[in-house]
Amino acid sequence: MDDSQQQQPAALQPPKIPWRRDPAVRALFFQGALIAALLWAIVTVAGNTARNMEERGIKIGLHFFDDVAPFSIPLDFFPFWSFTLGESLYWEVFVIGVQNTIIISVFGIIGATALGFFVGVLRLSPNWLVAKFAAAYIEAFRNTPLLLQLLFWNFAVFLPLAPPPRQSWTLGESFILNKAGLYLPNPVLTGIGTVIFTVSAVAAIAAIIAMRKWAKKRQEETGKPFPLFFASLAVLIAAAVLALLFAGEQVSFEYAELKGLNYRGGARLPLIAFALWFGLTAYTAAFIAENVRGGIVAVAKGQSEAARSLGLHHGATLKLVVIPQAMRVIIPPTISQFLNLTKNSSLAVAIGYPEVVNVWAGISLNQTGQSLVIMAMTIGVYWVLSLLTSAALNYYNTRVQLRGR
Amino acid sequence: MKKTIGFMVLAGALSLAPAAQAGTLEDVQKRGQLICGVAVGLPGFAAPDDSGKMRGIDADVCYALAAAVIGDRDKVKFVPLTAKERFDALNGGEVDVLSRNTTHTLTRDASLGLNFTYYNFIDGQGFLAKKDLGVRSAKELDGARVCVQSGTTTEINLADFFRSNGMQYEQIAYDTSPQTREGFEGGACDVLTSDKSQLAAIRSELANPASAVVLPETISKEPLGPVVRQGDDVWFNTVKWTLWAIINAEELGVSSKNVDEMRNSNDPSVKRLVGAEGDMCKLISDKLDTVCFAQAIKQVGNYGEIYEANVGENTPLGLIRAGSPNDLWSRGGILYAPPIR
Repeated sequence: MDDSQQQQPAALQPPKIPWRRDPAVRALFFQGALIAALLWAIVTVAGNTARNMEERGIKIGLHFFDDVAPFSIPLDFFPFWSFTLGESLYWEVFVIGVQNTIIISVFGIIGATALGFFVGVLRLSPNWLVAKFAAAYIEAFRNTPLLLQLLFWNFAVFLPLAPPPRQSWTLGESFILNKAGLYLPNPVLTGIGTVIFTVSAVAAIAAIIAMRKWAKKRQEETGKPFPLFFASLAVLIAAAVLALLFAGEQVSFEYAELKGLNYRGGARLPLIAFALWFGLTAYTAAFIAENVRGGIVAVAKGQSEAARSLGLHHGATLKLVVIPQAMRVIIPPTISQFLNLTKNSSLAVAIGYPEVVNVWAGISLNQTGQSLVIMAMTIGVYWVLSLLTSAALNYYNTRVQLRGR
Repeated sequence: MKKTIGFMVLAGALSLAPAAQAGTLEDVQKRGQLICGVAVGLPGFAAPDDSGKMRGIDADVCYALAAAVIGDRDKVKFVPLTAKERFDALNGGEVDVLSRNTTHTLTRDASLGLNFTYYNFIDGQGFLAKKDLGVRSAKELDGARVCVQSGTTTEINLADFFRSNGMQYEQIAYDTSPQTREGFEGGACDVLTSDKSQLAAIRSELANPASAVVLPETISKEPLGPVVRQGDDVWFNTVKWTLWAIINAEELGVSSKNVDEMRNSNDPSVKRLVGAEGDMCKLISDKLDTVCFAQAIKQVGNYGEIYEANVGENTPLGLIRAGSPNDLWSRGGILYAPPIR
């Protein structure tokens, strides 16, 4: 159409199109109509809901947000926001639920990625036993329901394994393990100690970044590799030891003590949180391992053959040639697995981990009866978390894709 | 499943059709079936027996209501509901009446569009503790990890009890009763808290019942009874007075065995109850049969019969009635039904 128009001489230009047949006007009209219809639907649904609720005597609103939550939330670990019985308000319950969902998702994603990469690479190992072992793991975990696995790990494995509080396994005074979880000494910094530790942490991180730059430059110039991981570890340990030497007196440790029926104080990793993390990680890692295998297989065989003929050994071939190319295949399906893990964390309600479905869409919903508001907020949480996760990973994905030069 | 129902209810609330308001009695009679919301397998209250028939003190309220309204106790459809779903199911019109060991509280009564009728079981919250803790009283539970089923009034009572006694605890909330029991049995918590009627049932289901004890304290008031929607006074009265009629029947010595003979009783109270005098049922609604209460008593039994058959001494729950709040007021309990006159 465009071509034929361009070929026509200027004198034969077509007559002006009437406005009602102008594609731009039409598009505008239909889009406007669609938006109007959508708005009308939303307003009608909202209005009807409000009227029906009112007719049935259901009081809907956000008034309960500032009420004191008359119940308790368990497992105050990683207390960015902690709960105080009799003081905390309903909106704080929501914040804590979201916080616990984010914590378990972040650690689950880290664990599942590490384990998934490891198993996915093992599955392609030339060693028959190792490859079959990885395959068996993947098939076992991928093909059974996650809820069943969580119940199994919590009720059949970890709980029966751990001893009751009064027969706790202890290592000196510092490490205590029982059915409530693992208790560690909680470091308490006073006075100048806080400053010294902060300074040394910042200095160590800066040193590692500088070292990375130097190592990269040296390798590009001379081709000599540098053991970056072990060097970084050494810097961190050195920084910690130095800080301890300077500020040893300012650091004290708070130990857990048996008070009443259980231990109190110290830092605690609850058994339920560990069981949930373990279950989510093991399950999701099986899927990620398959993504990783698929990604590696997708890299043309000539690439690794070329690397081998340059004299790179198996590990270096994988690390320097195959995996960087495999990443562009691995990442998109793995984003879905991260999203799945976040959403799957809601199954934690079955084993008592206090994430947002448990404490907000469960306990709070029942105590207030505000199902519409609470359900909408809970859905919103997963929606926002999923969009944020995929936005971050999509950004990363665009950076590892092959770029034409 | 649970979530699906939640969303169905949500969708119900969002729908354009106006809510079914008055006329539940007519709806039930026209349908020829009473739809009754009950617990999901709670022995003694509502649980299917070996032949699949729903049994329990809550189920019997439904049977009695069907007998009174339709004339046939078996014209009941039971809808098992979790603690979370129950009020939305009732409000959304999914069930006609909710007979699901539901505690009467101000919040529920005043803000959820519900009407509480009367009580068919008066319960109280207690603790089930591991025997090897050596705990004799709930006051010794400082620092305990407590298993609790989420979505119940239990959580508030628990918090109130520990707060008022200046003790600390850690609550571990599960979604269903079996998971809660499993958590307790596996050691995720030191004690389990629930209504005392439930503790007896849960203890009997443990692998080793002797390994746990029910502590003596009762920390809350849990008046349990049938609930209806607000805004339908005729239906509210029908449910309320059917329950009261069953309690009055026991007080007046009318049972499923002798209800027919009692038509010839000399006692005017008895005559009014069984419909031989006064047309009491017609006062509630002219849609009801004159002998609506007699039907309920004949086909299901009076309160004493229902109690003994479902939760009494000779049942797995083994709850002794004498001396408990669930006895009639005339024998020292607190069950007190207004007179039928």
